[in-house]
Amino acid sequence: MSAPSQNLGAPSSRGFIALKWARIGKVARAIVSTHHRNIGFGYLTISTIAVILGTLLSWAMRVHLSWPDWQLPLHGPILPEEYLALVTMHGTLMLFFVLTVAPQSGFGNLILPAQLGARRMAFPRLNAIAMWTTAGALVVLLVAFFVPQGAPISGWTAYPPLSASALAGPGEGLGQDLWLFSLALFCIGGTISAVNLLTTIVKLRCDGMTWPRVPLTVWGWLTAALLSVMAFSVLLAALLLLFCDRHLGSSFFLPRGDFINSVLLPHRGSGSPLLWLHLFWFFGHPEVYIAILPGMGLTSMVIGNFAHRRVFAYRLMIVTTLLIGFLGILVWGHHMFVAGMNPFAGTAFAAASMAIAIPATAKVLSWIATAWRSRPSLTTPMLFALGFVSLFIAGGLTGPILAQPILDEYLHNTFFVVAHFHLIMAMAGIFGLYCATYYWFPLLAHGRILSERLGKWHFWLTLILAYTTFLPMYLGGLAGEPRHYSRLTGLNAPAQALLGSTQMIQLHITGAGIALGLAQLLFFINLILTLRSPRRAGPNPWFATTMEWAPHTFDEPTEPSKDLPALATFRGPCHYSEDGASFLPQWEPPPQQPASEGE
Amino acid sequence: MPTILTPPEIRRPRRPDRDRVGEGDNGSGRRPPTDKRTGGNGDGDNWGDSPQGRHGPRERLSRARIGLFFALGGDMMFFVALISVFFVAKSSGHFDAYSRYINDWLPTSIPSILWLNTAVLLVSSVTAEAARRSMFREQDLMDEWIGLGRPISRRAALWLSTTLLLGSLFLAGQWVAWDQLAAQHVFFDSNASSHFFYLLTVTHAVHLFLGIAALVAALVMLARCRQLAKRQVAVDATVWYWHVMGILWVFLFILLEFCQ
Amino acid sequence: MPSTQAIPAALRFWHLPVDAAKHGHALDAQLLLNLWIALALVALAHVLLFGTLASRRRTHRPVHKFTLEYLPLAAFAALFIFLSVRAHSLWAMQRYVGAAPDALQVEVTGMQFAWYFRYPGADETFGRTQPQLVSPAEGNPVGIDPNDTHGKDDIVRSQLVLPAGREVDLTLRAIDVIHGFSVPEMRLKQNAVPGQTQHLHFTPQTPGDYAILCTQVCGLGHYRMQALLRVLPAAQFDAWLHQQEQQAAQQPGDPQ
Repeated sequence: MSAPSQNLGAPSSRGFIALKWARIGKVARAIVSTHHRNIGFGYLTISTIAVILGTLLSWAMRVHLSWPDWQLPLHGPILPEEYLALVTMHGTLMLFFVLTVAPQSGFGNLILPAQLGARRMAFPRLNAIAMWTTAGALVVLLVAFFVPQGAPISGWTAYPPLSASALAGPGEGLGQDLWLFSLALFCIGGTISAVNLLTTIVKLRCDGMTWPRVPLTVWGWLTAALLSVMAFSVLLAALLLLFCDRHLGSSFFLPRGDFINSVLLPHRGSGSPLLWLHLFWFFGHPEVYIAILPGMGLTSMVIGNFAHRRVFAYRLMIVTTLLIGFLGILVWGHHMFVAGMNPFAGTAFAAASMAIAIPATAKVLSWIATAWRSRPSLTTPMLFALGFVSLFIAGGLTGPILAQPILDEYLHNTFFVVAHFHLIMAMAGIFGLYCATYYWFPLLAHGRILSERLGKWHFWLTLILAYTTFLPMYLGGLAGEPRHYSRLTGLNAPAQALLGSTQMIQLHITGAGIALGLAQLLFFINLILTLRSPRRAGPNPWFATTMEWAPHTFDEPTEPSKDLPALATFRGPCHYSEDGASFLPQWEPPPQQPASEGE
Repeated sequence: MPTILTPPEIRRPRRPDRDRVGEGDNGSGRRPPTDKRTGGNGDGDNWGDSPQGRHGPRERLSRARIGLFFALGGDMMFFVALISVFFVAKSSGHFDAYSRYINDWLPTSIPSILWLNTAVLLVSSVTAEAARRSMFREQDLMDEWIGLGRPISRRAALWLSTTLLLGSLFLAGQWVAWDQLAAQHVFFDSNASSHFFYLLTVTHAVHLFLGIAALVAALVMLARCRQLAKRQVAVDATVWYWHVMGILWVFLFILLEFCQ
Repeated sequence: MPSTQAIPAALRFWHLPVDAAKHGHALDAQLLLNLWIALALVALAHVLLFGTLASRRRTHRPVHKFTLEYLPLAAFAALFIFLSVRAHSLWAMQRYVGAAPDALQVEVTGMQFAWYFRYPGADETFGRTQPQLVSPAEGNPVGIDPNDTHGKDDIVRSQLVLPAGREVDLTLRAIDVIHGFSVPEMRLKQNAVPGQTQHLHFTPQTPGDYAILCTQVCGLGHYRMQALLRVLPAAQFDAWLHQQEQQAAQQPGDPQ
């Protein structure tokens, strides 16, 4: 069925209806499609909804913290348990539905096959199932806001016994169950999506795409997918055990003699809450590497692209990506130094955590060396990649501080930790997503480029406001300010003396944070304006060398039976001349044919 | 059959330039040595030269196997997590009012029908493997491909149905085991070890139930699907999943029987 | 008040509160060292980043992976190892060994949403507790078993009073959910996990009033779960303890 291509006079009503049904059919087909492009956009839609909601929740949190008596419109004052519910849902939405979905499943589905020279993913139908499962998980999570007693209050980490008994607080009944169910769905969807990604990378590389020629973005996706497959299963097991504790009378995480709200819990057996911490953080630490690894790979490739240079120490970058992934599995105890774990185990985890700093430093050195004295063209994607490097350094260098148990004894669960992970995950991770969007926009939007002017304003405002918002949190944390407090004023005397000095910092952070959120409107304005007024750029406006920019990668076959020309790779990425003026993309056949071809 | 002469490999001299980033292309500058899955008569027929999707009957199969491998890897991590919780719980205890450390792990004596169930599952693995191998027998492949009936599908369907029957027997036997335990008032929440008995056997049974659903789907595909490659993939993937679930059951059984 | 004493300039820049524990000085020194190093590295990295953008394009010169990657990596590794070893020795000093045998014993119990502190009294022995006897309203917040004679002289208070200069061994317990026992001005933090007892030992140095916070989210009252730590000079503490023991003796089996 095709829409009429010419308007030959006044359209008949039948023609209009046919056009309308053709449009609806197109949308309906896009929704149930198994094509990776539509699925990728589906994932990005999920992430966009989640990030907008998560940002609004964080605004409510910040304003309440600064002015505790402020009344949320249409709701009234935010009660302490509601504040904790905001914290829990903000963390869950952002970490799972934005930072795991968008870089890995969203952009992975959109771009990965093209970067490998493939035209499809390995399991298109499973891919679609995974996407709809993730969408269902988001819906289930949001329903938790509307059930009696509301959303759970135990944080995105859900430590039992707080999360294991409905007696421990409001929202710990049905709200916590919905949270569990939502995350269980998410784990299943995430695992299926990761299996799809892995099989595609292993089996569907085009001719000539040997492992050393695979772009670093793909190495990032590969490592993140391997971590996903391993980590989500462990989370699923932990969620199942918590569900059993909550409803089936088991005691995996509940100790004997637990006395909550004047009720002695009736279970038999003696569990340990520390077991949940081990299981959860065994998942939780690889989870944050899943969030950041694709961005790191993209940063390497984008810096190489715009500096018109080979990526410095390419093979070392592959090794460091895999090493960060591997070491990320060994360090989970650094979230538990003061949680009741054996102090000897603390030392072991501290050593492993410091070890991760080495490959991360190697990556930073490579990024700087690639761009060093290269006179890069400072387009918006390049700016966001450099911003990623900057934020990664500013947030990452406090990692080794937190990895020392004696220092973590002071800094654990203070705003210092909040600043650390927000700078790395929220800001560097989001910068990776913006870099991806600006960079691949011409590919995904049929030749349109987002406005450079608006993009640069967006970048500088976001970068400056990000630092303005999160750097002062370090100072607040060093003052001893704890996390998860629904108010930092009106406390009793010695606590007030301790925390009172940080009130100014808190007000400042609130203002900067709201401005930071508002600055993102520039991006959406840019998006809408560009989509409405097509500016057709050339097929490879950034002079990129990776396969997704090859001509005909996104072509659809005109007839179902015809094959599209096979894509082949002839060299590694980022082959630029020394002066940066010319480049040799991966898909171009070699300039001269060797004389003896004996094949 | 005419003999196929394969020309000897021509050794290319390695480029001496040490700074050159190795690109895995053996110096030819074009593509790596792809293995030649020829159609029969030597060069010019290399499936590796064709676009993706036309690389021969094993392409889809190996894709499915790799996908299944990763998915089962993740699934095994799920069971690894449960089993490690098992060992932690086994050695955990609590402090009583007199500050004495009490470890109150009471091993659950498992019903002896589980031995029968294990045997049944092992036999079902054998029948499943017979089904899988019959999908790849060359003679029958040729017959089916030419159109001389469907010997593969018939034989495989027979073995698969046997596997289905045995698998259902296993699940019924598990149900009997749970009933027997319940008759002795050993429920999920009775004590720490009973948590694990029920948890491990129920999660395994759920996985096996999915395997039975896959067997049914494979049988349906054998009857209806026109492409031989698709049928091979369906049966192969189902049977590999079945084998892994069988091996997993052996581990869980040894754990529950001997390691409590 | 001592908690707002003169704070050295370096601490004031970084906003650290005054530290009043014996191990605090070494911890602060390690923390400040780390912070200054991190700040210097961040500044250096940003100088390099800006430098890459500002200067002319470098023409062809041999690129040495060794000097640009492996040498700096080795330097970083040496730096991290140095910091780790220093940190480890501090951690080991605090956590690897238990308290001295003559340390003051105090039991800390966390529940939703208050901290209670129990002293063993004249017999230097804590009485048995049962969770189902926990009832702050009836004057038995930590659930002391009335049948245990050792518990009759236990002193339960909602303020933690400690002598300056003497090591104290805190036994941390939790009744219901995980709570985080934290005294920022003593540079102390340890989660109290239900079903487990944690031991934390330190030596308060400077008399004064300090804040005890809860730093592990424990429910809707998490933000107001604070207590007061009062450090008295040794003589005053002895007097206070003696007074508490006399009160306990006058009202046997009825801890406040």
